[in-house]
Amino acid sequence: MTEKLKRTARHISLGESLIFERSVPGKRGFELPPLDVPAVDSAAVVGAEFARSRVEGFPEVSEIEVIRHFTRLSTWNYAIDYGMYPLGSCTMKYNPRVNEFVARLDGIASEHPYQPVELAQGCLKILWALQQILLEVTGMDAVTLHPCAGAQGEYAGILMIRALLTSRGNPRKKVLVPDSAHGTNPATAVTAEYAVENIPSDANGRIDLARLSSVVNEDVAALMVTNPNTVGIFEKDIAAVAELLHSRGALLYMDGANMNALAGVARPGDFGVDVMHMNLHKTFSTPHGGGGPGAGPVAVKKSLEPFLPSPVLVQRADGKLNFDNNRPQSIGRLRAFYGNFGVLVRALAYALAYGPGMRAATEDAVLNANYIRKNLEDTFELPYRQPCMHEVVFSDARQRKNGVTTMDIAKRLIDYGFHPYTTAFPLIVPGAMMIEPTESESRAECDEFIQAMRSIAEESATTPERVKTAPHSTRIGRLDETTAARKPILRWKPQ
Amino acid sequence: MRYLPKSDSERREMLASIGLEKMEDLFISIPAEYRLTRPLSVPGPLSEKEIIDYFRARGSENAFGYSSFLGAGVYNHLRSVVTDALIQRGEFLTSYTPYQGEISQGTLQAIFEFQTLMCQLTGQEVANAGMYDGSTATAEAALMAERVTGRSGIVVARSLHPEYRQVLDTYGRHAALQFSEVGFTATGQIDLSAIRAAVGPATAAVVVQSPNFLGVLEQVPAIAEIAHAAGALLIVAIAEGVSLGAVKPPADADIVALEAQSFGLAPSFGGPFAGVIATRDKFVRQMPGRLAGQTVDSTGRRGFVLTLATREQHIRREKATSNICTNQALCALAATIHLSLLGPQGLREMADQNIAKARYAATELAKLPGVSAPFSGPVFNEFVLEFPRSVKILNKDLLREKIIGPLPLGNFFPDLTKRGLYCVTELHSRAEIDRLVAGTKRALELPI
Repeated sequence: MTEKLKRTARHISLGESLIFERSVPGKRGFELPPLDVPAVDSAAVVGAEFARSRVEGFPEVSEIEVIRHFTRLSTWNYAIDYGMYPLGSCTMKYNPRVNEFVARLDGIASEHPYQPVELAQGCLKILWALQQILLEVTGMDAVTLHPCAGAQGEYAGILMIRALLTSRGNPRKKVLVPDSAHGTNPATAVTAEYAVENIPSDANGRIDLARLSSVVNEDVAALMVTNPNTVGIFEKDIAAVAELLHSRGALLYMDGANMNALAGVARPGDFGVDVMHMNLHKTFSTPHGGGGPGAGPVAVKKSLEPFLPSPVLVQRADGKLNFDNNRPQSIGRLRAFYGNFGVLVRALAYALAYGPGMRAATEDAVLNANYIRKNLEDTFELPYRQPCMHEVVFSDARQRKNGVTTMDIAKRLIDYGFHPYTTAFPLIVPGAMMIEPTESESRAECDEFIQAMRSIAEESATTPERVKTAPHSTRIGRLDETTAARKPILRWKPQ
Repeated sequence: MRYLPKSDSERREMLASIGLEKMEDLFISIPAEYRLTRPLSVPGPLSEKEIIDYFRARGSENAFGYSSFLGAGVYNHLRSVVTDALIQRGEFLTSYTPYQGEISQGTLQAIFEFQTLMCQLTGQEVANAGMYDGSTATAEAALMAERVTGRSGIVVARSLHPEYRQVLDTYGRHAALQFSEVGFTATGQIDLSAIRAAVGPATAAVVVQSPNFLGVLEQVPAIAEIAHAAGALLIVAIAEGVSLGAVKPPADADIVALEAQSFGLAPSFGGPFAGVIATRDKFVRQMPGRLAGQTVDSTGRRGFVLTLATREQHIRREKATSNICTNQALCALAATIHLSLLGPQGLREMADQNIAKARYAATELAKLPGVSAPFSGPVFNEFVLEFPRSVKILNKDLLREKIIGPLPLGNFFPDLTKRGLYCVTELHSRAEIDRLVAGTKRALELPI
C-alpha cells in the first residue's frame, strides 16, 4: 500500500477557525492615510435618517492574521499547481503566470470604462486583437466578448437565434438538446423562452441523424450541440446535421466548451456552425479561481451579426477603435460595461504566447487523452470503444459488481494525490468517469495517473471497502450533504 | 513551447504506444475536409518578455498619468497588496468550483465567510456567492421576484444605472416582465407619489438603486412600505458598496443586488467584478447562484459544502432558477480578504473619508460662477453639478490638463445635458481636488 501511495506523504495541515471567530475588538489589518480635507460629521452630512452607527459582525484582525488565515485555508485546496486535475469538460490546464502579471499592470488594471475613447485605445486594441484571433481559430465571421462565462454566452447565442428567426417572421418554439449535453444548455434554452426537447444519442454516443431528421420541423429553432461531444467524440456528421437544420430553417448552436480539442486543427465555421460560445477559462487558460471569473465570447456567422449584444467594437476609417451603440437589431446589453476585460487580457496573453503553435497544445491534449484511454481500456469499461479527442469517458460497470461506484473511485484518487475526474456525467453513460488530462500533463504525470487508476481497480476487487470509504488522507472526510441542504446554515452568526 | 511538458521523443513514444505514427493521426475522426491544412494566421509566438512589452505598450495608449473623477458603477478605492498576494496563491487561483468538498475546504470556507460578510453589510439574512456583477445581479433579482410573487410587473426607478436598466431589459424581455419607469424629484430621489401610482396587483417588484445613479441616497423604508402595501417586493441595487460603511443598510428591502467591486477589485476597464444577491431566508430556494453551507463529516468535524444545488442547472437542467454556472469566485475571495483587512473600523473610516472628500470637492466646485447643484438629496461620494455650458466642452479643456472630468449625464438622460456626475474617493488627494477646481475655473472662463 505505501509503495502504491508514494506520490503522497503525510504533511502538517494547520487548523483554522472562521475569520469571525478570530476577531478581537480593537485590532485592525488596514490603515488609511490621514484625511487631508476638513473632517465632517458623516452622520450630519447624510442625515440621521441614513446614518449607520456601525457595521456589526465584521472581524477585527491584524494583517498577519489575515495572511495566516487565508494561507491556511488555501492549503486545504487541491489545485492545478499541485498536480493533474483531470476534470472532464473543465479543461484544467496550466494558468500561465505572465497572464496574471500583465492583467495587473498600471494602464491595464487601472482603466475606467467611461474614460474618453481616445484615452482607451490600448484597452480597445487588446479587445480587437483577441477578437481577430478568436475569429481565425473558429472560422466564424463576427464575435462579441461581452459574456461573463459560458452560460451567459449560450444565453446570448440563443437570444441571437431568436432575434434572427423573429426577423424572418417566426421565432419558433423549441430548442433540441442531445441527452449528452451540459446542464447549462437546457437551462439556457428555457431562459430564452424556448421549450427543450431532449434527443437520444445513437449507439456510438453521437447524434442520430435519422432520428434528428424526424424531429426537426418548423417548431425547431436550433440544435445545441457540443463538439467534440461530452463523451469526447467528434460528431463526424456535423456538416450533414447543419445542412439538415438549415434546410428546415433552423440553426446550429455549438457549445464550444470542448474547443481544446479543435484549436488549430478544425474550425466550427468550416463545418456549418451558425453560432458558438467559447470558454476562455478552459481553452484559453484563464484561471478558474475556484469557480470564476470566466469569459464566454460568442462567435457568429454573418447572418447573425446584426443581432450581436450591444455595444459592438468597430474600427473607424482612421483606424481608431470605438464602441457602436447604435445597433437597432441588437439583442441588447448583457452586462454593464464591456465584459470581463481582465479575463480577456489573460486570454490574449495566452494566445500570443502560442501563436500558430496553439495547434501543438491541441495535439498534446488529444495525445494525453488517447494515451490514458489506451492504458486503461483493459481495466475500466469503455462504453464507446473508439479513439477519443481531448477527453475519454469510462464507466464503473466492472467495479460496480463489487459495490464500488465512480464516485468512490474518484474519492480514492484523492488519496493517490490526484483531483478526481468528473463523475456521473455525461448522463448517457451510467457511472461515468470522464477524464480530461489537457496538454499540461507530462508523460510522467500521465503514467502516475494510470498507475493510480489501475491500483484503485485492483483495490476495488480485493479491498472494496477501502475504496468505498475513501478518501482516507484528507483533513476532513465525506461531508453530510443531506443535512446541509435540509437544515441550511449559510452564514456565521454573532453569538 | 515552454508551457508544454513533453519532449519530441516522448511524443513519438506515446504516439507509438497507441499505435499511431504522427500527430495528424490523432484527428482521423474529423472528416478530412474539415481539418485545417494550414497554420493559423495569428500573431505570436511571443516570449514572456515580449508579452509584457506588448501589454505595457497598450497600457501607455490608455489614460496613463491622468487624474480621473469618474465613478458611475466603477470605483477606485484603496486596495491592500495583501489581497492580491493571497488571491494569487495557486491553491485559490488554479482550483475549480469546489464540488469535491474534501479537497476544496479552503475555497468553501472562504465562500461561507463571504456570504456572512455580505449579510452583515446589507442587513439581509442570506447572500449568495455570487452573480457576474451588479447589473446581472439586478436582472436576476427581478426574475427572482417574478418567481416569488407570481407577478410580472417591474417598477424601475429612472435613477437606476442606465446600463443596469439595459441589462434588465435584455433579461426581462424573454421572461415577459412588464417594465414601467418612475422619475425623480428635485432632491434626486425617486418620486414616492409616482411609485404609489405605479404599483398595483400585478407588480412583482420595485427596483431602485441607492446611492442612485445621480449619487443620491434613496429613502428605502418609505419605498419598501409602498411596495409591500401592494404585495410587491423591493429590490435595492447597490453599485458603491463602500457607502454601507456609513449609510444604513437596506434592511427593509426584500432583495439586495450588490456590486462588490469597491472591495479590493481594480476598475479593470469594467470587469471582472462580483455581483451578489442577498435576501430573506424565506426566499432562499428561489435564489439563483451558488451557496456554501456548513455541515459535518462522518466524525463530526465542521466542514463546508456547496448546498441547495437543486436550484442549479447541473442538477435541475431546464428547471433551474438560472443558467449560471461559472461565476466570479476569485473576485468574491478578493472582497472577503479586503473586508477582513478593513474590519468595521477600516470600512467606516474609508466611508467617512469618501463623504468628507466628496463634500469638499462639491463645495469648492459649487463656488465657481455659474456652477450649481441641481439635486438637494443626501449623497455619499458622487454628486451632480450643473454648468452654464456643455460638460463635453468642459471636459475637453480639462483633458489638456490631464484631468478626466465628470461623466456627462446627457449621454444617458437627454434632459440632463450640462450636468456632470463626479466621484471623489479616499484616493483623491486634496491637491488633486484643488487642481480639478482650478482647472474647471479656467475652463469655464474660456470663451465658448
